[in-house]
This record gives sequence, structure tokens and C-alpha cells, in this order.
Amino acid sequence: MPWRLLRFALNRKHPEPRMFTHHDKLKSSYDVVIIGAGGHGLAAAYYLAAEHGVKNVCVLEKGYIGGGNTGRNTTIIRSNYLTPEGVKFYDESVNLWQDLSRDFDLNLFYANRGHFTLAHTDAAVRTMRWRAEVNKHYGVDSEVVGPEAVKEAAPMIDLSCAGHAPILGALYHAPGSVARHDAVAWGYGRGADQRGVEIHQQTEVLGIDVQGGKVKGVNTSRGYISTNKVLCAVAGSTPRILKMVDVRTPIYIHPLQAMVSEPVKPWLDPILVSGSLHVYISQSARGELVMGASLDPYELHATRSTLDFVEGLTSHMLDMFPFLSNVKVMRQWAGMADMTPDFAPIMGKTPVEGFYLDSGWGTWGFKATPVCGKTMAHTLVNDTPHPLITGFSLDRFSHYALTGEKGAASVGH
Amino acid sequence: MKIMTCPLNGPRPVSEFFYWGEVRPMPDPDTCTDAEWADYVFNRNGAPGVKREWWCHTPSNTWFIAERDTEKDVVLKTYFYQGDA
Repeated sequence: MPWRLLRFALNRKHPEPRMFTHHDKLKSSYDVVIIGAGGHGLAAAYYLAAEHGVKNVCVLEKGYIGGGNTGRNTTIIRSNYLTPEGVKFYDESVNLWQDLSRDFDLNLFYANRGHFTLAHTDAAVRTMRWRAEVNKHYGVDSEVVGPEAVKEAAPMIDLSCAGHAPILGALYHAPGSVARHDAVAWGYGRGADQRGVEIHQQTEVLGIDVQGGKVKGVNTSRGYISTNKVLCAVAGSTPRILKMVDVRTPIYIHPLQAMVSEPVKPWLDPILVSGSLHVYISQSARGELVMGASLDPYELHATRSTLDFVEGLTSHMLDMFPFLSNVKVMRQWAGMADMTPDFAPIMGKTPVEGFYLDSGWGTWGFKATPVCGKTMAHTLVNDTPHPLITGFSLDRFSHYALTGEKGAASVGH
Repeated sequence: MKIMTCPLNGPRPVSEFFYWGEVRPMPDPDTCTDAEWADYVFNRNGAPGVKREWWCHTPSNTWFIAERDTEKDVVLKTYFYQGDA
């Protein structure tokens, strides 16, 4: 290690890129163009290069790496979903997560905390039992527990929730974890970069060249690129890209807000979610309480935050944890969530040949980052959807064959 | 947007209103194809722009149309439905 440092001391110029190689120019053509350098887009680039040997790939990013929903979520990772398609898919993702820090040689601060979804009504307990049975059937660690287990894991909680929403039980998911979200984008980006993928930040897609129903190229703010395959992984900007290729989908955009408190001493180990109170909370490695609630109530293509959100969330938070009344909110922000009617993603092929979608990730996309990258890389290379994502195809809507995942959304939206 | 103008009650806090999506013409279910009906049921124009939307002032149960810029979060006009949806 000291010798390596010496190299830096003796060099006038920085001897190696810190994370990514900077490319001055776009090439005139690539085998695959990925729109969006968030976790999903970079993961797809990484697996294309690492597992399929497809290295002539570029990732275009309008802003900066991980600046969209990758850096705006509340970093929760879990696989206790409701449909068989969802449970199998997210479980594979959790398996991938557990090895990522080692694969990247980068500390993602992946912390296994355990995840409680609180039930305040008989109906909620019923859904928890349903989810637990589906989860167990597919080998996912998930069980219904009583209020005493919640109290033991989070002793500061008011089990009566100020008397109006008493906790009757919870769905406990031991593998539930948190991770440092921007490091995930950096890890995938660096891994892809080292394998020859070009990442171009500050490069906006202005149009997609489609001829005879096939993708021929991409118009960017830095020139034209010819390519036969485009992957769109842009979360809240998906409808803007879809307009360029004239593909209709059910995706609509609502902002999802979140906030963190000032850092406090560690007191909350598990991740807690209450669907009825519209709250989720965990404590980060820095001591900040990371908190989120449900979607904003109307369509909006902007990331403004509101006082309504802070007032609503904190009032419910205080029902659960009255002692937090003196803790200050440090900052709040919003992301644009690409929602679908069945709360499942839209992944795979589209009516335009060579145009692939990794979208509809609404409020549930961060945890799926690794498995999305892996399955989309497979789909791009083979031009057939990976077996794990066949339940998420765009054409399910025209067949009225929805993948109803709303019951497993973290809070009732 | 923190204040919205209800055509009946005037300017009110936006928390009093309920959003019900873009105004969309419904195809005739007796004559349209399954594909047209599925398109109507599920697909949306998700791109940003100025849209005509259904809104309701909940305390007075007043339904009306708002023209809103969904990128800037600015309401341009509100008025009662005139049967031209």
C-alpha cells in the first residue's frame, strides 16, 4: 500500500482515475446504448460486460451518476413480496446483494437489520399471513409475529400508536437490510468502466431513431450514435423516452418524498414499516433516521418537496415514537416514481425491435438493482426475456394478465 | 401549487382537493375491440405537459376540470365540465 501511495506523491498528474474514466467523445456506434446511469442502467452495463462479454456499450446520463432515484430512495432491501413472480425475483436480488461488496471491492455498508411490517388491523394481519405463506413456500425467511416481538426489537415503540392504531402483529422478514445507495451505482459503474463500458454523464438523449419498427440510433446532446439496441432505465423520465419511440404504457409519474432527521445515538436496529400509518423508518450508519411515506397525491414531473409531507409523516412518526418530538428534521427531498397499475415493474421487450424497457419501478426499485441488471443483460443479449421477468412484460396489460403486487407495497399508496 | 381555485368556492388550500387523472374520452365498450378497451383501461399519457384533469373539491364535493402544467406544477385554468370531454 505505501508503494502505491508513493506513485501518487511522485506524479504531477493524478496517476489513475478515482472511480471512472472520462471520455471526451462519443463513438459513432455502440453494440448497446443504455439510457440512464442509475443503479439499474449501470448494473445492466456491468453484467453485459462481466457475464456476456459485450463491452462496446455506452451508458448515457443526463445528469450525474446515481443522481436520480438511486440516490433518492430509503435504501431498504427485502424480498417478502406477495406474488410468486415477485418473491422469486426479489429473492434472487437479495442473494446477489449479499456478495456485492466483495464483487466490487467497495464497502456498500450492507447491513442486515431485520424488517417488520406492522399490522394495525385484522385485514392487515390477514395480508401478512398470506404474504408469509407465499414467502415460506418459495424459501424466503418470513413469519407473522406478535406485538411483543416488535416491542423487543424496538423497545422505544408505543404499541398502541397513541391509542388510535394499536399494533396487532407484524410480518417479520429477517433478511431485510439497508445499504449505502449511491455506492451501489458507483460500484456497478466502476466495475463496468474497468471492463470497457463507456459512461457519459451530462449527455441527454434528444431522440431515438426508429426506422421500420427497428432501433437504428440515438440522438444525443453531444451528437448521433448508431446502435441496434437501446435499454431505457430512466425511472421517472420513462414517459419522455417512450414518447420518442411512440410506445404506449400505463406508466404515470407521482413524486415520492423522503426525509432524514439529525443524527442521533443508535437506538433503532430493525427497519419498521407501517402501511396504515404511511410510515417507514430505519436508522442509518450515520445515526440519521431515514423516513418515508406514501406517494404525493397527484401527477407531477418535478422533484419539489412540500411541508404537507413533513407534517403528515412526523405526526404519524410521533404516534409510533413519541420520544422523537425533540428531534429535528435535517433535510427532505423527492424522486419521481414511475408507477404502474399493478405495482409490478414493466421489463423486457417492446413493440419496437431493439428497444428494451427496465421501468415501472415506482417506489420499489432500489432493492431490485442487482437482479434487474442481471436479467436485463440476459434479455438484451438473447433478445428473449429472462425467465425471472416474464411476469413483468409490457403486453400483460393488453391481455388483462396483471401481476398484482400492491398488497406488498411498503405503505398503502 | 399550494392554492387551487375551485370554480364554486374560489381559492382553497390544495389539501382540500382530490385528483382524478387526465380527462380521457371513453371508447364505446359495445363496439370497440378488446385491444382498444385495454388501451383505455390501462394506458396513460405519462409524459409531462399541460393536461386537462379531473379534480374534486372534497368538502363541497365539487367536480371540475383543471388545466395544469405537470412539469411546473402550475394550474393555468379551472372550470366546470361542459360536456366536451
